[in-house]
Amino acid sequence: MQTKRMTFPGRWLPYALLAPQVIVTLVFFIWPASQALYQSLLREDAFGLSSSFVGLANFSRLFDDAYYLNSLSVTAVFAIGTTLLSMSAALLLAATVNRLLRSRDAYTTLLVWPYAIAPAIAGVLWWFIFNPSIGIVPYVLDMLGYRWNHRTSGTDAMLLVIIAAAWKQIAYNFLFFLAGLQSIPQSLIEAAAIDGAGPVKRFWTIVFPLLTPTTFFLLVVNVVYAMFDTFGVIHATTQGGPAQATNILVYKVYADGFVGMNIGSSAAQSVILMAIVIALTVIQFRFIERRVNY
Amino acid sequence: MARIKLEGLKKTYAGGVQAVKGIDLEVADGEFVVLVGPSGCGKSTLLRMVAGLETISEGRLEIGDSVVNDLEPAQRDIAMVFQNYALYPHMTVFDNLAYGLKNRGFKRSEIERRVQEAARMLEIEDFLPRKPRQLSGGQRQRVAMGRALVREPAAFLFDEPLSNLDAKLRVQMRVEIKQLQRRLKTTSLYVTHDQLEAMTLGDRLVVLNGGRIEQVGTPMEIYARPASIFVATFIGSPAMNLIPLDYLRERGNGLLGDLPKSTDIVGIRPDDLHMQAPSGPHLVVDSTLELFEAAGAESHLYVRLAGSDQPSVIRTAGQPPVAEGETLRFYVRREALHPFNRKSGKRTV
Repeated sequence: MQTKRMTFPGRWLPYALLAPQVIVTLVFFIWPASQALYQSLLREDAFGLSSSFVGLANFSRLFDDAYYLNSLSVTAVFAIGTTLLSMSAALLLAATVNRLLRSRDAYTTLLVWPYAIAPAIAGVLWWFIFNPSIGIVPYVLDMLGYRWNHRTSGTDAMLLVIIAAAWKQIAYNFLFFLAGLQSIPQSLIEAAAIDGAGPVKRFWTIVFPLLTPTTFFLLVVNVVYAMFDTFGVIHATTQGGPAQATNILVYKVYADGFVGMNIGSSAAQSVILMAIVIALTVIQFRFIERRVNY
Repeated sequence: MARIKLEGLKKTYAGGVQAVKGIDLEVADGEFVVLVGPSGCGKSTLLRMVAGLETISEGRLEIGDSVVNDLEPAQRDIAMVFQNYALYPHMTVFDNLAYGLKNRGFKRSEIERRVQEAARMLEIEDFLPRKPRQLSGGQRQRVAMGRALVREPAAFLFDEPLSNLDAKLRVQMRVEIKQLQRRLKTTSLYVTHDQLEAMTLGDRLVVLNGGRIEQVGTPMEIYARPASIFVATFIGSPAMNLIPLDYLRERGNGLLGDLPKSTDIVGIRPDDLHMQAPSGPHLVVDSTLELFEAAGAESHLYVRLAGSDQPSVIRTAGQPPVAEGETLRFYVRREALHPFNRKSGKRTV
């Protein structure tokens, strides 16, 4: 394909045009990231008066720390749970809305709204709904014979944060799934119907395989979301408790750094997180370039 | 193998629009029937109603000996070839062909045998391990046909299967479809807007207009005796010339007295306008040659009738005897006239 080439006169105009983007990246990404890298190699004394170079001691200490290893597995459970819940719920909604004709736009608009809500607000909302003393869900569960208390039960707490984090993301996934479904030609579905496949079989043998590029993209986006953007949800609901049960990596970075004031360890944790997000991004680009399936 | 019988079939959409306004048709076992008409005439809707992809608002549909109005597409024992082929892009050609058989619980060995046989028949054996995107338009078309015939259904339904191919390939596939149908003798219903495709493929044509049947007949019957002005101008290329009867009467030809009183317009095929006087009773008309169009084996002369604004087309071979702008005299045999009534649109005799 031929692309049009623009040539700018002078030496400075191209730099001037690039400058805003470069400055934003430098100030808000490169500088803090390099600070984190630097900090992760230092250890501050108890009064915060001086810091000394300790090499990789912060990292090796982390991997000996039972709390940190616990946080890794908690994060894995949380990320997988949130991703599965938000994607399957979104796919179900998208498949349902896609069958509608006239009311499709109305439902789409309504279903997208939760995405506009800040994670902290979403957290507060679900904290309220699931509040063991005044919430509606524990009240209903109690009638069914289950005593919900996410303040004492780690499982309940994990369920709560997964639901709260997934709910917000459903809107986003829904939009992508709906667009994916709409790009599947109707005649394929009709051909499959004539070929003797019922609605469920059609979905799993034709529709779902054709959605794989969308599904894979969303999988990566959702895992990244669950691991990095859910600080607000945790902070508004469980604050990592009870007993570290919902203390995911990104929340631990905050808690250790700004509550525990262990800057070196916190920086080391954020460097590890950064490595994880880079790895996920690499995987995503690899796969998207191959277009996954067909 | 089965006959298809349509009785008073109607399709009304939720908005009250009636796309199909009562169709009665019987397709005999093994017959190749082509539904032809302009876009929006309801031909595709009708085919989709037979396939079970559109619900039937009114009427009865029989395939074989049973009424299938309320059966799912899969239960009607039909196979359909779509305009865009509708191949499953994530499956190999083999899996595309095998999908319908797998869904019906055929044994693996039987699937293998049938797919190989269909592939051999359509000469796509080499493509079986490929994905559809690795195939050309013509090859995809063959795969789509293969998917229909592995199932050995009671009837084939074709929805404009050739319209995505280029002109040369279209002619080639047209011949192949015809040969294949002759060989398999499977009842076929074929939808097209291309009158040439319709004429060459069909044992019988059904000309549709505005959701109704205009005429049913063999291609030659329809060509020789179009039942309405619509059919007359739709079938045949270039289209039939329509000339007011009064104009021809004024030319002083006493030949037209025996036409029914309701006749007010006369159709004449472009091939029936001759530049030499034929034997037998005929009309003589003068015109001005406006444009000469050479198309190889044949040429088209666009003329305007003398003393009138009426344009007409003459189909002939070779060069016209006069230059553009000069007067051209032509002759029409009395038998070549198709008398119509303009108001009803129907043939008068």
